[in-house]
Amino acid sequence: MARKISMKMAINEAIDQEMTRDPTVIMMGEDIVGGAGGEGEKDAWGGVLGVTKGLYAKHPDKLLDTPLSESAYIGAAIGAAASGMRPIAELMFIDFMGVCFDQIFNQAAKFRYMFGGKAETPVVIRAMVGAGFRAAAQHSQMLTPIFTHIPGLKVVCPSTPYDTKGLLIQSIRDNDPVIFCEHKNLYGFEGDVPEKSYTVPLGEANVPREGKDVTIVAYGLMAHRALEAADLLAKDGIEAEVIDLRTLSPLDMDTVLESVEKTGRLVCVDEANPRCNIATDVSAQVAMNAFGALKAQIEMVAPPHVPVPFSPVLEDLYIPSGAQIADAARRTLAKGKT
Amino acid sequence: MPDNNPFPLPKDELLDAYRRMRTIREFEERLHVDFARGDIPGFVHLYAGEEAAAVGIMKHLWDGDHIASTHRGHGHCIAKGVDVVAMMKEIYGKKGGACEGKGGSMHIADLSKGMMGANGILGAGAPLVCGAALAAKYRAKQKGGPSDVAISFVGDGASNQGTFLESLNLAAVWNLPAIFVVENNGYAESTARDYGTAVDSYVDRAAGFGLPGITVDGTDFFAVYEAAGEVIRRAREGGGPSLLECKMVRFHGHFEGDAQTYRAKGELEDIRANRDCLQRFTQAILGAKAVSEAELQAIDRDVLGLIERAVAEAKAAPPPDAADLTTDVYVRY
Repeated sequence: MARKISMKMAINEAIDQEMTRDPTVIMMGEDIVGGAGGEGEKDAWGGVLGVTKGLYAKHPDKLLDTPLSESAYIGAAIGAAASGMRPIAELMFIDFMGVCFDQIFNQAAKFRYMFGGKAETPVVIRAMVGAGFRAAAQHSQMLTPIFTHIPGLKVVCPSTPYDTKGLLIQSIRDNDPVIFCEHKNLYGFEGDVPEKSYTVPLGEANVPREGKDVTIVAYGLMAHRALEAADLLAKDGIEAEVIDLRTLSPLDMDTVLESVEKTGRLVCVDEANPRCNIATDVSAQVAMNAFGALKAQIEMVAPPHVPVPFSPVLEDLYIPSGAQIADAARRTLAKGKT
Repeated sequence: MPDNNPFPLPKDELLDAYRRMRTIREFEERLHVDFARGDIPGFVHLYAGEEAAAVGIMKHLWDGDHIASTHRGHGHCIAKGVDVVAMMKEIYGKKGGACEGKGGSMHIADLSKGMMGANGILGAGAPLVCGAALAAKYRAKQKGGPSDVAISFVGDGASNQGTFLESLNLAAVWNLPAIFVVENNGYAESTARDYGTAVDSYVDRAAGFGLPGITVDGTDFFAVYEAAGEVIRRAREGGGPSLLECKMVRFHGHFEGDAQTYRAKGELEDIRANRDCLQRFTQAILGAKAVSEAELQAIDRDVLGLIERAVAEAKAAPPPDAADLTTDVYVRY
């Protein structure tokens, strides 16, 4: 039965249900229980933002707090995955992957190919992404393109509680390494989520709003901004179609190309910095595969090519807004063929 | 045990240890020759001279035990039971290789044998071994009895990698059935061990992380065998991780083609003459009359035949198909 819960609770419920279902599902990370070894409360934090709160009471043997030692425990999750377990590792902030990146891109991502198809590494690495938390340059990045670039990794970045639960369960059951990106500014966002277990397949975009005039492609927090833009455009009688990619690797280009064939106009939105990001990738693939359908140049909306600033005034300028996306849509509608 | 065997292993086990060491030696010496002739693509790092460590440790292991090797991984593979012909095909980049020609010398793996791969990234195996040891701990809890163990190999060079040091700590705090073997051959690539590592004793380093450590003469098979037995037994019984340093010598360069001008004059001749672990083992078991010369010669013939066949099959094997370029990136995509 569906009821409204937050994205944070959707993650918690997905992990709980998979741990109950499969004895090989374990989880490790920094402070995912909290208070380990101390004299105070057990499960003091349940993760730095409380995402895993309460899971320890239900699965005391399956949640492992780690030292502050990302290379060791992310690598341990990968090693455990290659030897029969199905671990979830929480990297806390995706910005920390700099210290353990070798284990992700040279080890987990490579095993299957490098070992001639004879290895499976069913690990999920969960991490918070995105700006808007006043957390500054080292706790706010949208590093999805870096992982998407690497063959052997799958990359997920959901925008709704429903998709989050279904995609996380699917990611845990998936036999390839998955980088599961959770936008910290969506943790409190509530939506309908069935209590029962269900999956959402990887590599299938969602179309939360249909329209005939312009296609707006986004993911994560930007999917919400795209919907805001669509509302703004609707006031001018413009019907925007919004595509929420949900999964960045594999990437559902079919849905994007079909939409562009219909609308002839494309706005790609990305919270990642503008060079070599998901928006440039989608734009390039549309230009290569649906050039004839385009009535005008493709527009991209992304932050400037700068680190995420601290000052709230600057950070708000950094993050693409619904109004900016609507303006980009109007620009492409004002140009080109009719 | 017969009277003429003073060793901790029965005769058939001594002969098996000899066979494994001899196989590694012949495999590597043959690669040295064939590489110089230009038969082999890519980078090759040879294990010759270090056989007693791999075999002295691996004699205690079974298939459920995991190891993570280094760029110098052929010896670990052979000692852990990876098929020698499949290895040779892999080194030649051929179809039917241990990794279907997609990994090469630096990435030979056989997970069915608990061999988690040679590794091109120095120190990268240590965190993976923590994971394999964690999985072993869960399995042991479920089924009872002694735990499988997981063993990470690093050289003295990679013992300075953060991944290695972090793994010592993680294994200690989680009390994992993990063993960290430092193969100290005196050189981190071309750089002397003492130049790059300030602490003299790896036992001290282990103590700094809360682990017991042992240093052994890695050219002495029986010293390695005994020390490895102790740390592996402790890990199997839930006593946690240890560090084992094997002081050893490398008969070849860091990589094939390395002119080794950094070595002292006469050093290579000296270590070949005086610190050859295989010669030492052979003299010990023959000297005690635990085995006969004829028995060793029979093994030598077998091994030479095996290596000859491996090279012939590797050369004759077809290369991967063009279609293989894009397969096996994912289980499903």
